[in-house]
Amino acid sequence: MNSLFSWQRLLAIISKEFTQMKRDRLTFAMIIGIPFIQLVLFGYAINSDPKNLPTAVVAADDSSFTRTLINDFQNSAYFKILPGNMSNKKANWLLETGQAQFIICIPPDFSQKLVRAEKPELLVEADATDPAATSNAISAIQMIIDSFGQHFSGSLSYLKSEPPPVNLIIQPKYNPGRITQFNIVPGLLGVVLTMTMVVITSLAITRERERGTMESLLAMPVRPLEVMLGKLIPYIFVGYIQVVLILLAAYYLFDVPFNGSVLLLFVSCLPFIAANLAVGLTFSTLAKNQLQAMQLSFFFFLPSILLSGFMFPFHGMPDWAQTLGNTLPLTHFLLIVRGIMLKGNGVLAISHSVGAILLFFIFVLVLGIKRYRQTLD
Amino acid sequence: MKNKNIVIDVRHLKKQFGQHVAVKDFSLQVTQGEICGFLGPNGSGKTTTLRMMCGLMVPTAGSGTCLGYDILTQSYEIKKQVGYMTQSFSLYQDLTAYENLDFIARTYGIPDRKIQIEQALKNYNLLDKRNQLVSALSGGWKQRLALAGCLLHHPKLLLLDEPTAGVDPKARRDFWDDIYALSKQGITTLVSTHYMDEAERCTKLIYISYGDLLAEGSISQIIQKAHLTTWVVSGDNLAPLEEKLKNKPGVDQVVFFGNKLHVSGKNETQLEYAIAPYKNKNWQHMPSTLEDAFISLVDSTAHPLNQPFTPHTHPPKGDQ
Repeated sequence: MNSLFSWQRLLAIISKEFTQMKRDRLTFAMIIGIPFIQLVLFGYAINSDPKNLPTAVVAADDSSFTRTLINDFQNSAYFKILPGNMSNKKANWLLETGQAQFIICIPPDFSQKLVRAEKPELLVEADATDPAATSNAISAIQMIIDSFGQHFSGSLSYLKSEPPPVNLIIQPKYNPGRITQFNIVPGLLGVVLTMTMVVITSLAITRERERGTMESLLAMPVRPLEVMLGKLIPYIFVGYIQVVLILLAAYYLFDVPFNGSVLLLFVSCLPFIAANLAVGLTFSTLAKNQLQAMQLSFFFFLPSILLSGFMFPFHGMPDWAQTLGNTLPLTHFLLIVRGIMLKGNGVLAISHSVGAILLFFIFVLVLGIKRYRQTLD
Repeated sequence: MKNKNIVIDVRHLKKQFGQHVAVKDFSLQVTQGEICGFLGPNGSGKTTTLRMMCGLMVPTAGSGTCLGYDILTQSYEIKKQVGYMTQSFSLYQDLTAYENLDFIARTYGIPDRKIQIEQALKNYNLLDKRNQLVSALSGGWKQRLALAGCLLHHPKLLLLDEPTAGVDPKARRDFWDDIYALSKQGITTLVSTHYMDEAERCTKLIYISYGDLLAEGSISQIIQKAHLTTWVVSGDNLAPLEEKLKNKPGVDQVVFFGNKLHVSGKNETQLEYAIAPYKNKNWQHMPSTLEDAFISLVDSTAHPLNQPFTPHTHPPKGDQ
């Protein structure tokens, strides 16, 4: 009996595991940290019924009627009306660059037609790239319009009539069929790159240290920048292979439209790939072993996927989560890739996002080089 | 003129890791072509000292030059001219022998590297191993490859950290023949080892114990400084005799060497007196060996009352 199973031996292994767990402080921090982060992100940041979506107003008719209508939008909590009456051009720019989710266009003769019960047109343009972000808000518009008539009494009480006094036209732009894949598949490009680039490179230096080759590498006359770049560049090629594979699948398997320039997308992938590689390299200077490197990568991947607008609508998150999301390169890359593929964005419309990614890249690379020790101290 | 040939000149090196002092006050001068052996118990600071000399670690205090370059500020220049062989084998296991050498050759920017690599493979009989993955090579071949690797850029100084640990005797002997050949070409070698036969092949020996340099000099100098008288006892069943002699006054050490017992003492008359009752035809007076001297050195660090051997010796200390 005793030779088949021994409590003493079992206890020996259990207590050894606990001792090792205690020693590996990073793993221990992860055991506590990951659930905490998940609680905060899933509990507070993520909202599958996104509200306060940024909405631009192009009002050619400024009257008490239009102000009431805009107020109704604001009060529904689904829309956050951006300040100021905008030009059509400005509003469209905001929609293209992802700063606005909706444009409300009020025609010049809106009040006049309304009073005459001529059913003026109200045009609402939606950035439907992400169908999940807009669908609830779009249903809300219908309700706002349906109840718009209730505001009127006395001589205008005839406007209370059914059907509503306004002719609502909703234009879901960029993804009129509201096909989820059109949003997810381009986004996946960013997610896959984040996942593989960070993981692969975070193992790169850690592996050298774990296998003992770091010491001879350090004994060679090699500069830190040479090591860093030398380890980055091969994986840039790997990254581009992934880009090509995903884009081919997007086009041929999922029929995702490709409205912008393929070349522009390829070029703008470079800073994003580099940024993720730099993150991985910096992690590998922090981690003591390959397991820790994996954990750090996961630590970066989790908020990237949740806060970037890949899985959940970006504008539906509270401000702090959006701020946090804006520090992540994936957030900006999603704007780029969805912008180019679905909106047909050009260089100008994506330049802001590319700039943000470059800034992140430089910051992380400097951090990584500073952390990379040229000695064994 | 003589100054020109000094390859290593370090003074008062100290290395501290947190509370732990790995190397205390370490000073050393090595001239060109010397084979300088580092000896000392495990954890005595041999590796740390070697690492400080080639810029892999920054000393906490002290200064010095290596190949004429400042070890504190010019480690990059030093690295270019030093061949450093790490304690654990540190070539890439998932590359072939040739690929490893090629990588090293490229990082050092060796001109005509293809020719150089071929030459190195030939010199170290590695030609038939060139396309084998390093992970598939046996320990001795790995060491040869590592040596070939750290010689590829024709360094002026070799730092070898226990290069022959876990290598069979034949391979060890070959390895040392290589080092001798290099020494004749004017290459200076600093080598740490635990093997006495290897120590005996060094032109200069350094004995470090827990960060202190305990003895320095040629083999005969070190044996002489130990002031030991040694008797060798042969015969069967010597263990009870060892027990009896161990704590006798005048007997400083009783050590088995194979099936023989070495009985040594610093005071010849006291030793004679102590061993007189046990002496028979199996006892033989012999000159002390290097190993006797070293064992005596190790023991001396544990006994505060013993005479220090060199001016470098410090009174032993307890752990902090």
